[in-house]
Amino acid sequence: MRDTNYNFGYLDERTKRMIRRAILKAVAIPGFQVPFGSREMPLPYGWGTGGVQVTASVIGPRDVLKVIDQGADDTVNAVNIRSFFARTTGVATTERTTEATLIQTRHRIPETPLAEGQILVYQVPVPEPMQRLEPREAETRRMHALADYGLMHVKLYEDIARYGRVSTTYDYPVMVEGRYLMAPSPIPKFDNPKMHMSPALQLFGAGREKRIYALPPYTRVESLAFDDHPFQVQRWSQPCALCGARDSYLDEMLTDDRGGRMFVCSDTDYCSERRSRKEAA
Amino acid sequence: MYVAAKGGERAIRNAQALLAEARRGDPAVPELSLEQIRQQLRLAVDRVMNEGSVYDPELAALALRQASGDMVEAIFLLRAYRATLPRLGYTAPVDTARMRLWRRISATFKDLPGGQVLGPTCDYTQRLLDFSSESSLQPSAETEKTHEAMPRVVDLLGNEGLIEPQEPPPGDPDPCDLTREPLSFPASRAARLQNLARGDEGFLLAMGYSTQRGYAHSHPFAGEIRYGMVEVELVPEELGFPVVIGEIALTECQMVNQFHGSKSQPPQFTRGYGLAFGHSERKCMAMALVDRALRAEELGEAVSAPAQQQEFVLSHSDCLEASGFVQHLKLPHYVDFQAELELVRKMR
Repeated sequence: MRDTNYNFGYLDERTKRMIRRAILKAVAIPGFQVPFGSREMPLPYGWGTGGVQVTASVIGPRDVLKVIDQGADDTVNAVNIRSFFARTTGVATTERTTEATLIQTRHRIPETPLAEGQILVYQVPVPEPMQRLEPREAETRRMHALADYGLMHVKLYEDIARYGRVSTTYDYPVMVEGRYLMAPSPIPKFDNPKMHMSPALQLFGAGREKRIYALPPYTRVESLAFDDHPFQVQRWSQPCALCGARDSYLDEMLTDDRGGRMFVCSDTDYCSERRSRKEAA
Repeated sequence: MYVAAKGGERAIRNAQALLAEARRGDPAVPELSLEQIRQQLRLAVDRVMNEGSVYDPELAALALRQASGDMVEAIFLLRAYRATLPRLGYTAPVDTARMRLWRRISATFKDLPGGQVLGPTCDYTQRLLDFSSESSLQPSAETEKTHEAMPRVVDLLGNEGLIEPQEPPPGDPDPCDLTREPLSFPASRAARLQNLARGDEGFLLAMGYSTQRGYAHSHPFAGEIRYGMVEVELVPEELGFPVVIGEIALTECQMVNQFHGSKSQPPQFTRGYGLAFGHSERKCMAMALVDRALRAEELGEAVSAPAQQQEFVLSHSDCLEASGFVQHLKLPHYVDFQAELELVRKMR
């Protein structure tokens, strides 16, 4: 049931139009961070205000919305954001990746491949991939303009020199269409290859930092690497303890205080789909 | 069988019920009225209006009560509400020289036109807990409360050419509106002052304080601090002349700082400026110190201290941005942590 005290999707129509213009610009220049007039949302900064504003601006009455955090639909912040949109838009919600037209996510890309027509909205804490290396935005903006990404390559090189491998495991920087260096948001690097040539539209919203960027469908997205140190994703020695999947990202659960642990799929929809298919068979 | 953090929805509902209970306290004790908060916690209301960027004492009081007195949470409630309001227009600049004053002091002149008006201040009180607060609330019938407009101290200095003139930039362009456009660097002074006006009081206080302790010292004098009511005017397009739509309480601080001269200009004092809703002197003075520090580059001073660095100050001044991002660490991060765990195990 929609709460009619607020406009459809909470934001007023003029604000949505401003955000959609920023999105259009972002789609036209894949990987480029477009500044926008981020509004204060009724969720705290850092809790998905950018994603929420993007979702609020593109959602329509016929959309089916899925919200995940850490891959799961039932984590508290995902529940909260889903109920926010249920309240302010009244749209149908789902936990199934294949049924959703619009998916808002924090820290994961669903394991089930996305299809044409779907939109994936990422919540982004830090849109600037080089912020930890150069905190001055005036400087990083210049580096993007000149495609001068030596700073990041040196960082990766120093990692290899020091640890024998790149020590970035999530929010692993990517190069978009060979032009813009982009932060994929803190998804594990396991998910990076899913961004490459994805048939879905991928939108990134950073509310606190007031930036929007995008990957239109079928965009080239390459994780940074060196010829002698190719990009690699995480692998586990055992399958998911619940569904037996060997191809999914696993969370580690501590089961007792004597070192007992089990590994299960972080994507709860993927895991339960596999289990119900197994039961049906 | 392990069930991962299931029942999020029910847990949230339960947490909300507990919060409502904790907020209300003992139901046998009467609930605070908004009027009580407005009247008796007026400075808290003023701070919420400042950082919440809405002049509405009633809503600020409501937010304070709903937030159990947590300033940042109350500011958050007010800002989120503000985001849903349409922008109907922009008022004409207010003229603080025409302020009807409750208080006006200058630390630079012993006496001056209009005189020193102490007004409602706790500056000269002994901070002793008053166990009989009712008796101390007897109003003093004698003293006159508001004073007619008085000239601003900096204008008196300006008449002699001793302080840098403060002219609008060439062409008098509309200032940017930080609630509509994101901050970009380098930021104009108008954008900086907007940012500081809604900046966290504690943060500004610490930054201002740092300039007094050797990190970008600017030899400040409190040229004038004034607190009173000003009229707010709007020029409706169809009328073409200003119409007074109400009055707001403001505090203004004009800091007079270290002088500057050049080959073409004789030495002059420089300025730092602070302005805030309501009675907010600490905030205004801190803001004026930080404003002056942020003018280092424009005035040809070395930029070395944090208070002089635009990106450092302006990107970290907002209490909601800071509070939200610090506290988002409470959100689950187990996917990222798993990635780090896997790496550390591999590296050992």
